[in-house]
Amino acid sequence: MSAIIILLLASISVAALFLGAFIWSVRSGQYDDEFSPPQRILFDDKPTAPNDTN
Amino acid sequence: MQVEKFYYDNKIVKWFAYATLLWGVVGMLAGLYAAIQIYAPGTSMNFAPTTFGRVRPVHTNAVIFAFVGNCIFTGVYYSLQRLCKARMFSDKLSWIHFFGWQLIIVAAAVTLLMGFTTGKEYAELEWPIDIAITLVWVVFGINMFGTIIKRRESHLYVAIWFYIATWVTVAMLHIVNSIEIPVSFMKSYSWYAGVQDALVQWWYGHNAVAFFLTTPILGLMYYFLPKAANRPVYSYRLSIIHFWALIFLYIWAGPHHLLYSALPDWAQSLGVVFSVMLIAPSWGGMLNGLFTLRGAWDKVREEPVLKFFVVAITCYGMSTFEGPMLSLKNVNAISHFTDWTIAHVHIGGLGWNGFMAFGMMYYLIPKIFGTQLYSKKLATNHFWLGTIGIVLYAVPLYWAGFAQAEMWKQFTEEGQLKYQFLETVTNIIPMYVTRSIGGGLYLIGAFVMVYNMYKTVQSGKLIANEYAEAAPLLRPASPAKEYWHRVIERKPLTMLVLSLIMVAIGGLLELIPTFLVKSNVPTISSVKPYTPLELIGRDIYVREGCYTCHSQMIRPFRDEVARYGEYSKAGEFVYDHPFQWGSKRTGPDLAREGGKYPDAWHYNHMMDPRIMSPGSIMPQYGWLYDTQIDTASVPAKIRAMQTLGVPYAAGYDQQANTDLMKQANGIKQNLKKDKISTQADAEIIALIAYLQRLGTDIKATSNQQVAEIR
Repeated sequence: MSAIIILLLASISVAALFLGAFIWSVRSGQYDDEFSPPQRILFDDKPTAPNDTN
Repeated sequence: MQVEKFYYDNKIVKWFAYATLLWGVVGMLAGLYAAIQIYAPGTSMNFAPTTFGRVRPVHTNAVIFAFVGNCIFTGVYYSLQRLCKARMFSDKLSWIHFFGWQLIIVAAAVTLLMGFTTGKEYAELEWPIDIAITLVWVVFGINMFGTIIKRRESHLYVAIWFYIATWVTVAMLHIVNSIEIPVSFMKSYSWYAGVQDALVQWWYGHNAVAFFLTTPILGLMYYFLPKAANRPVYSYRLSIIHFWALIFLYIWAGPHHLLYSALPDWAQSLGVVFSVMLIAPSWGGMLNGLFTLRGAWDKVREEPVLKFFVVAITCYGMSTFEGPMLSLKNVNAISHFTDWTIAHVHIGGLGWNGFMAFGMMYYLIPKIFGTQLYSKKLATNHFWLGTIGIVLYAVPLYWAGFAQAEMWKQFTEEGQLKYQFLETVTNIIPMYVTRSIGGGLYLIGAFVMVYNMYKTVQSGKLIANEYAEAAPLLRPASPAKEYWHRVIERKPLTMLVLSLIMVAIGGLLELIPTFLVKSNVPTISSVKPYTPLELIGRDIYVREGCYTCHSQMIRPFRDEVARYGEYSKAGEFVYDHPFQWGSKRTGPDLAREGGKYPDAWHYNHMMDPRIMSPGSIMPQYGWLYDTQIDTASVPAKIRAMQTLGVPYAAGYDQQANTDLMKQANGIKQNLKKDKISTQADAEIIALIAYLQRLGTDIKATSNQQVAEIR
């Protein structure tokens, strides 16, 4: 079952990567504000000028 | 602060959307064709490329990687720019990504129909295409992370997290599962063998569902559902918990595809435990989606986009409840190898993936063309066609799966199996017919959408570059450096815990091999490598996709042992590159097919299965009788197998063809006795050799043991 080692290595390293990302996201204050992000995506203010290009 | 002016790239979104529509229709057509073949085997036309075993991988690859793949890219390219308040990192990379992916799809369709396949479900594509996928995926990654880095919005909206997890995990899964040894330009052998190959394959297979069909679509849900309903997601905190819990749990659930197989028991249990835990984040996500519409259900009545989303999310909830149930061993004992699984994946595929894709298309195409949807009425009709299609598809298959499993397990009072395998098949053919009607309705719905989109596009004009403005993101001077400095200097406890975790992982990784490597795959001395002729026959078995309908894994149940013979042992598969356990028994298991019937039976049966078994739904394989065995490739194949550790004697590659012809002539003589004259080098001879070998190594031992005891 040596393949299981490869799978564990791969899975654990990705899990570790995600753990790092999670710690970063919490530390850097990504989740400090839970109110405005879901609101913000609803407003794509359409600026008037200059115009879109086709 | 100075506002920056920039443009969103809508042109790339448009092309990915068009590709989604095109491949959606193509993939569903392939699926419908495969579904019809199951009850009308004549429709395979006795022609290799149109046979079920080759059409089915085209269907699965097309709907997963072409339809849902392009749908993901459409949604990501649309939403990521707006969430990051930035244009995509590089237009050039966007186009390389687009054309690269479409070329891969075309190459995949052509090569699969030609019979170039690795024989591993959902990873059938041969090694050159595997490499191309890796390269294009890297291009996508650079483009995505580049956009995230140059974003003008510091908060990463939860959808972006889902996209990131998708990219990282799919890259890893694809690389690990695709490790194979090339034999020629379009032929390779999996590096892993037997049980190991099965474990890797289903670790991949399950996580392909998780990280290609689930996480990216959840990301799209968290963006497009609030946008379409014009209200924020019910609980943003729940969405964050949903994300982190899901990605940490999903990756361990793969072994639930191998319950009661020759996989070590502890690995099976691990898979079950994680599968059951997955209900929590999945349902959290589903409820979060549905609750987002609280107080807005009146909009659902009016708006086809929301109708599609509501059914999609409901289907997500149903299949993520059903999934853990199916992974319980007692349920799996009934459901596995039956059409129940097919029904389950189509609730996910047609309901969740398909309806999310449709809803997104109806939302986004009018937006980028600066117009309104041509007809809400047609879209609503599409919705009902699709919904009824799903019901007509899934319900008969649930019925078929349960009925067939129960028939398989029936014994007479005398203790004999009550039903022949074929009886259990002909019994469920009405269900197969109904299923294809359901699928047909769903496909008609898709055509209605294409027409609606065509009219919508005509009524508008593409806003190729959409103007936007946002303030630049202020970054503190090298925050990363400062952060790590702070961690190391001021958080000794965190560091301690982290290093303990790392050490524990390292230790585990060192210990596990010593515990497991030898103990779990017991070598059986009577199991010998395949002869060259059998090896070639096995390649034909793989090429024709026999594994799409026949399993090679007898589970330790009374009925299976009575029907097929001694249950399968892990040690029997040590020379199987790739493993061919299969996941569906449309036909009977073949693990112990060897010696069950004479050579002549196989010869006639492959020519026309209905001669030998009236009522059989297996296609004809006429071309195997005219095509010659590719003897030129044999030495290279033997050498490849030697590299993988198969114990052929040194220099055997030069002798292999002599042995091959000897064995082939033996089968030819054998057939002659039954008044069948054929060429010794016809492919059918190799296939017969392989089929007659299946499972016989162990039979030899038990006979021997019996003899010894006597």
